[in-house]
Amino acid sequence: MSSVSLRNLKISFGAVNVLETLNLEVAEGEFIVLLGPSGCGKSTLLNAIAGLLDLTEGQVFIGGRNVTWAEPSERGIGMVFQSYALYPRLTVEGNLSFGLKMSGMPKAEIARRVADAARILQIEPLMKRQPAQLSGGQRQRVAIGRALVRNASVLLFDEPLSNLDAKLRTELRVEIKRLHKALGSTMIFVTHDQVEALTLADRIAVMHKGVIRQLASPKEIYQRPVDRFVASFVGSPQMNFLSGRIVRRDEALAFRLDGGGEIGLNGYDFTHPVSDGQVATLGIRPEQAQLQPSPQHTESLEPTFTIDEPMGPDTLLWGTLGGETFSLRTTSDHTPNLGTAMPIYVNPAQVSLFDAAGERL
Amino acid sequence: MKQRPIRWSVYVGLMPAILIVVFAYLGTMIWTVGISFTDSRMLPAARFAGVNQYIRLFATDRWLTSIQNMVMFGVLMIGISLVLGFLLAVAIDQRVRAEGVLRTVILYPYAMSFIVTGLVWQWILNPTLGIEKTVRGWGFESFRFDWIVGQDTAIYCVVLAGVWHAAGLVMAIMLAGLRGIDPDLWKASRIDGIKPWRFYLHIVIPVLRPSFISATVLLSLGVVKLYDLVLVLTGGGPGFSSDVPAKFVMDYLFQRQNIGLATAAATTLLVTVLCVLTPWLYAEYFRRQTPKG
Repeated sequence: MSSVSLRNLKISFGAVNVLETLNLEVAEGEFIVLLGPSGCGKSTLLNAIAGLLDLTEGQVFIGGRNVTWAEPSERGIGMVFQSYALYPRLTVEGNLSFGLKMSGMPKAEIARRVADAARILQIEPLMKRQPAQLSGGQRQRVAIGRALVRNASVLLFDEPLSNLDAKLRTELRVEIKRLHKALGSTMIFVTHDQVEALTLADRIAVMHKGVIRQLASPKEIYQRPVDRFVASFVGSPQMNFLSGRIVRRDEALAFRLDGGGEIGLNGYDFTHPVSDGQVATLGIRPEQAQLQPSPQHTESLEPTFTIDEPMGPDTLLWGTLGGETFSLRTTSDHTPNLGTAMPIYVNPAQVSLFDAAGERL
Repeated sequence: MKQRPIRWSVYVGLMPAILIVVFAYLGTMIWTVGISFTDSRMLPAARFAGVNQYIRLFATDRWLTSIQNMVMFGVLMIGISLVLGFLLAVAIDQRVRAEGVLRTVILYPYAMSFIVTGLVWQWILNPTLGIEKTVRGWGFESFRFDWIVGQDTAIYCVVLAGVWHAAGLVMAIMLAGLRGIDPDLWKASRIDGIKPWRFYLHIVIPVLRPSFISATVLLSLGVVKLYDLVLVLTGGGPGFSSDVPAKFVMDYLFQRQNIGLATAAATTLLVTVLCVLTPWLYAEYFRRQTPKG
C-alpha cells in the first residue's frame, strides 16, 4: 500500500508532446482508472509510472520515495498487460516464480508466495500447464498472479480486459474489484471502456490529448462532466447535445433551442456567470428525460421519435428534436406513438450546459 | 454419389513435369544406386558385385578424410554461424541507427556464390598475397598466417569462409524471429527485474527454437553438398587434406574414371542427406499438430 504522486510530468517524443505538465495524486489503497480514447496518453502515463519510459520532465513518487530514476523492478510495482505477456514455454508455475527466482529469493519463500497467488486467483489446477494451453481469461489470471507474487504495493493494469470476450470481461472485472477489496493495494487501471471505468474506480481520470480533463468519482464524472468531451465520452448511448442560447425570461434564466422549444433553468447549478443571449449547448442524457412529468421533471420539450429499441430492462427511443438527434431511455412498457411529436420532461437540476468552447457553465 | 469424370487435360498438362521427375530425377538416382552395386570402372557395367564398392570405399583413406572433414566443417560452421548470427541479430535488434544498411551489409555475403567467396578468401588467406604479406609489409617480419597451406589447418579456412558466407542468413532468420516477440514481454521482464542476458537465455532462445531448427537444416544441406567452395579455396589440398565427399564423388566420376566407387560414395551421401531431411520433415509435420496459441 503506497501512494503514487506525479509532479509536473511531461513526456515528449521528439517534437510531439504526449503528456503535458501532468499532476496526479493517488492515495494509498485507491483504485484510479485512467480513461480516454486511444492515443490520449493514458498508456504512456502508466508506462511512465512503471519506469518503462523516460520522463522528459517531472518527478514520480511511489510511497513517498522519489523513484523518477529507479529501475522498474525497484519501484515496488506489479504490472498486467493487455497481451498478457506471459513468458512462453514456461509453465504457469514457472511464469509466477521466474522473476523471484532470478532475484535470488529462497526457494521456500517463492513456493509460499506462488501458492498464495494461485489460491487467491484460483489457478491451482493450471500450475503445470503452458500459456499456450490456457484460455484468455486463465492467461490474464496468471498475468495478475505474476504481479501479485512480487508483493507489490502498487498494481498497474494496462487494458487487461480488452482482449477478452464480453462474458469473461464482466467476470474478471468483478474479480479485480474483489481483489482490490481483499488486498487493499493501490491500483491504477488504464482502459478505454467506460463501463470498466465506472464500475471499478474510486476516482476516474478522463484523459484527452495528454491532459487530464476531469479527475473525480464515477458519479461526479457521469452527472457533472466538466466539458463536452467528458460528457460525450462517458455514457452510452451518448449524451444528447442541443444547441441554443441562454435567455432571460421573467427574471429567471431559460434555454432556448435553435430548433424550437425552451426550458427553464430553475435549479441548475451554474459554475460560471452567464449573460443574456449567450450561445450554449444543452446536454441531456437519455435517461435524464422521461415521458411523464414529475415534481422535479417540470420542463418539457417536444421531440419526434421514429425508432424504438427494446433492450430488455428498458427501451431506447431514437428521434430528432429541432433537427438534432435525440435519444431517450424509458423503463415503461408503454410504447409511445412513433412518428409524431410528443412531450418529454426533464429536471433542470440534472442537465448539463456547455458554453461555445465546450466548458461546463 | 456421382463420380467425377477424370479430367485428362490436367494429366496431359502435368506430363512434362512428371516425365522430368521420373526419368531425370528419380531415374538417375536409382541408376546411380544400381551402378554402385556393380564392378563398373570407366564405363557402366552390369556385373553385380554386391557391396564390394562400399567395402573399397570405406577402405579408402581419402574418403574417410573427406567424411571427417565434412563432419568437422559441419559442426564448426553450423555452430559458429548460429552463435554469430544470433548475436548479430540481437545487436541489430537494439534499435541501432542505419539498421537497414547494416542488415544489407551483413546479409550480403550470402548473395555471393561459393565460387566468388572461395576466390576472395583464397586471396585473403594466401600467405604470398593476403593478410600475411600485408602484415609483414607493415614491418612485423615474423608474422605467420598460413593456415591455408597447412595439412591440418586448411579445413579451418573452409570453415572461416563458410561462416562468413552463412552468418548473415542466420542473422536474417533470427532477426525475423526476434521481431515476432511481443514487446510487452520485455516490459514484463524489466518489471520482474530480469537481467537482459538471462531474458535472452531463458525466454528468447526457447521461443526462437523454430528459427534455430530452420537455420540448422538450411546450413546442413549446404554442408552435405559442399563442393565449389573447397574447389576454389583449397582445391581439396594440400594433398587431399581438405577434401569433402561431394568433391570426392566428382573426382572419381570424371577424373579417375572409377564410376563404381563414385556412385557408392554418392549413394552414401544420399543416405546422409535423407538422415538430415527426415527428422526435419517429421518435426514440421509434428509441429502442425500441436495447438496454436
